[in-house]
Amino acid sequence: MCLAVAGCSAPPLPAVTPDPYEGRNRSVHGFNKTLDQTIVRPSAFGYGGVAPGPLRSGIQNISLNLGLPSDIVNSLLQARPGAALENTVRLAVNTTIGIGGVFDPATAMGIEGEPTGYGETLHVWGMAEGNYVEVPLIGPSTDRDALGLVMDIFLDPLRFTLPTVEANVSTGVQILAGLGRRYRYSDTIDSILYDSADSYAQLKLLYLQNRRFQLGQTVENDADFVDPYEDPYGQ
Amino acid sequence: MANELSRRRVLGLGLAAGAAICLAPGLPRAAWALDVGQARGLIDDVVNEINRVINSGESEAAMLTQFEALFVRYADVPVIARSVLGPAGRQASPEQISGFTTAFQGYISRRYGRRFREFIGGRIEVGDARAVKSYYEVITTAFLQGESPFEVRFHVSDKSGRLLFFNIIIEGVNMLASARTEIGAMLDRQGGNLDALIAELQRT
Repeated sequence: MCLAVAGCSAPPLPAVTPDPYEGRNRSVHGFNKTLDQTIVRPSAFGYGGVAPGPLRSGIQNISLNLGLPSDIVNSLLQARPGAALENTVRLAVNTTIGIGGVFDPATAMGIEGEPTGYGETLHVWGMAEGNYVEVPLIGPSTDRDALGLVMDIFLDPLRFTLPTVEANVSTGVQILAGLGRRYRYSDTIDSILYDSADSYAQLKLLYLQNRRFQLGQTVENDADFVDPYEDPYGQ
Repeated sequence: MANELSRRRVLGLGLAAGAAICLAPGLPRAAWALDVGQARGLIDDVVNEINRVINSGESEAAMLTQFEALFVRYADVPVIARSVLGPAGRQASPEQISGFTTAFQGYISRRYGRRFREFIGGRIEVGDARAVKSYYEVITTAFLQGESPFEVRFHVSDKSGRLLFFNIIIEGVNMLASARTEIGAMLDRQGGNLDALIAELQRT
């Protein structure tokens, strides 16, 4: 595995971001917006209105804690023993002192964890990001990250260890945590989705740039960069 | 006062350097470019001003006015506006360019100024600065209430003759590119009519 990891470095970023799935992506984007307007956003505001802040943050903490076993596995697959160790200590601290992950004493102790997933593992193994994809229900992604997402769901270690009832509770917690985030970041999300001239293009840009930043693909290599002093009218 | 003085000195240097370049076209740019420390100093000033505003306890409307003033004072608004307009600017008249610049400045201050609400009670700390390609990058960290700290990079240039920032990168997201996408979409919606776009920006 060391060979596999050492043999491949981060793939270069494409010169311009092509969008061969644009037609289908835009249909999915319209579907996702309708879904948000009719179900997700109202549910998030209902949840935000009923559940007090501490309860919502407890749910969010449990959700992050439930993600840690997968984070540990992926840290190891990425040959990052430091991140794997940090995620392991975090899981131990928050599950015990944090009473099953409801509280997050680890962050207060400086153990913030290294959230990751199969999308990043595929990136570390040398898989290119591929094309931009908007996934129904989920939102912005890429070919690589969408595959990572499927792997996140089906290769989650908890899937093989939790009994059915606990697994269903876990799914419920993840849904509530998702609604909590939709509520908490509603200003940002609303401004992108409902206050942009082209919300599809804006969301795609934000997602791709932020995702590349998360994966450590530096801005200097960004071929989309335009120096406004070189050609102020350039595109 | 000291800031005003150093800014004038930078302006003077820029003009002198411009003249030197005309006289000696072979002179390398690095010979007169501002150094990393000055770029960091500019962002120190910007960040101190932002921190002062977001912790002043003033009304949101008062803060918005102050943010617009900071944007005009510390950012290269004409260059940002022309870059955001993109190729559509090539056919535009000087009057249209100047009308667009003014409309864009108000629009961007209202649109992003409202988002500064999330910064109230928080703070920004200036970290490293370095030379990148033809400009300087100053790396800062934003600490907002109840959020993990995140990275905000300012891109600074002296090519206007003054030391000003022309782009902000928040966790990898390039605000110039984001504004380009938005303004491009608005212009498309107006059928490419720049005057109609200016009118829409004034209304928005």
